Amino acid sequence: MSIRERLSGNEAVATAMKQINPDVVAAFPITPSTEIPQYFSTFVANGSVDTEFVAVESEHSAMSACIGAQSAGSRAMTATSANGLSLMWEMIYIASSLRLPIVLNLVNRAVSGPLNIHCDHSDAMGVRDAGWIMLFSENNQEAYDNNLMAHKIAENENVQLPVMICQDGFITSHSIENIELEEDSEVKKFVGEYHPEHYLLNKKEPLAVGPLDLQSYLFEHKAQQGEAMKAAKQVILDVSKDFEKWTGRHYSLFEEYKLDDAEVAIVCMNSTAGTTKSVVDSLRENGVKAGLLKIRVYRPFPGEEVANALQHLKAIAVLDRADSLNAVGGALFEDVTSSMYVYKKNVPVVNYVYGIGGRDTTEKDIESVYADLSEIVSNGKVENPYRYLGLRKGAK
Amino acid sequence: MNDLIEIRWHGRGGQGAKTASLLLADAAFNTGKYIQGFPEYGPERMGAPITAYNRISDKPITVHSNIYEPDYVVVVDDTLLETVPVTEGLKETGAIVINTTKSPEYLKKVLNGYNGSIYTIDARKISTEALGKYFPNTPMLASIVKVSGIMTDEALLEDMKTSFKHKFAKKPEVIEGNMKALEMALNEIKKI
Repeated sequence: MSIRERLSGNEAVATAMKQINPDVVAAFPITPSTEIPQYFSTFVANGSVDTEFVAVESEHSAMSACIGAQSAGSRAMTATSANGLSLMWEMIYIASSLRLPIVLNLVNRAVSGPLNIHCDHSDAMGVRDAGWIMLFSENNQEAYDNNLMAHKIAENENVQLPVMICQDGFITSHSIENIELEEDSEVKKFVGEYHPEHYLLNKKEPLAVGPLDLQSYLFEHKAQQGEAMKAAKQVILDVSKDFEKWTGRHYSLFEEYKLDDAEVAIVCMNSTAGTTKSVVDSLRENGVKAGLLKIRVYRPFPGEEVANALQHLKAIAVLDRADSLNAVGGALFEDVTSSMYVYKKNVPVVNYVYGIGGRDTTEKDIESVYADLSEIVSNGKVENPYRYLGLRKGAK
Repeated sequence: MNDLIEIRWHGRGGQGAKTASLLLADAAFNTGKYIQGFPEYGPERMGAPITAYNRISDKPITVHSNIYEPDYVVVVDDTLLETVPVTEGLKETGAIVINTTKSPEYLKKVLNGYNGSIYTIDARKISTEALGKYFPNTPMLASIVKVSGIMTDEALLEDMKTSFKHKFAKKPEVIEGNMKALEMALNEIKKI
């Protein structure tokens, strides 16, 4: 039986970590993810977990300690935001290339500068090519559920890749909302025990981790990482199916909200998808066939599936909460449009960069996007495919 | 009661407006509602104006943005009335609840012609009498519950008793005072 509770996004993640009871948590505080290790250290202090909590002196060391712990054969978790992830950068690549199924909670925040503590996805987008599986969460429930599924995905023998679970800083991390929690014993049963095939502390099999890898082998090892990322898609679906059998909560690679018969749709991630659902509902009452495709699994990117799910639309808007500053479009826009091109789906697509540095994204903003899409449908052309949403007027 | 009730809190850092919004979320949650309680984080410091929000509904809430057209506004510190546009977007079918001893004439003047209901409560007097200290959030919580009708007085008192027992497990001596502050506020809130 699920337990009816109310928790913030950070409390939800800390609760999941308590139930998972990983062997090692190494973390350094940074807003807005600070509460996760803060709450977790309380669980360590009062004995509700037997995790080794390593209070490191920087995020670089946090990821290094996770790499050491996971290589040794234990389960390691951490949490960070923005500049904390930037400082981990070097070790982020090492974690994935060593095929270590570490789980990191990224509470999304704008990467400096200038200094800003609020939500955007520039931190996540900075590591989108680093070989981590990246799951995005609309609310506290999804952040919690993604944590319960993360280890089974990461540790699968066909995957063995680290997982990053994203949620919006402050917007969901600090908002108290209803949530359904699962029983500790049930979580333990679902997550299972971690028994890696190869690990440093196995005295029967001495091994080196992370040695020199030059022209003769690095390419092959990178290709293996790439194949593991492709394999992850099916594993995520399988784990999600098992999760649904257990909890009744459905997850896939993405969520289609009233998309089947939609004519215009928004593609976005995290909390804005919730706001968009509310707008879709009211537009539907007024006869507008609006829909939403919410990306859950951003890496591996489900290109073919996304292209197929969007093919019947008359116009699409992709919302990026980070600007790639490349004069072309945001990262999600490029992923969606290139997938549609490759799989030969010809639908007008327009990109909006929005919500930078915590700029609030309201229902009115989302309504204006659907209004723009209706105009594109009637004109049959996209005047400017790379736009801003919610930018102060005259600021360009 | 409308299906969705939206509330905006105005206070100053350190007065407990954020805590009050979370307590209200808790109390509504305990009556079976779907809730959101969240502060707008800025440069947090003692005395600076802060805003916090609540959404309360019978149905799941998916919107994640600040609240611009609230049904109710709670003003925890009346020195904000002349510096923050507290009635901005406030529905005229709703109400504003102010912690103040200022005259109705003054309030009508500073509320920019707001035509909805205006309620006042002297949370300083209640808090000082009941707790011996100035913590306005408990009386303000009772006031907004009374004005919005989110739950009955009895349900609030019952729920807060349990909640205070948990919250003040290490200083049980303040439970009685907080309960008294709630009861006094429920009786003393008045419409002008």
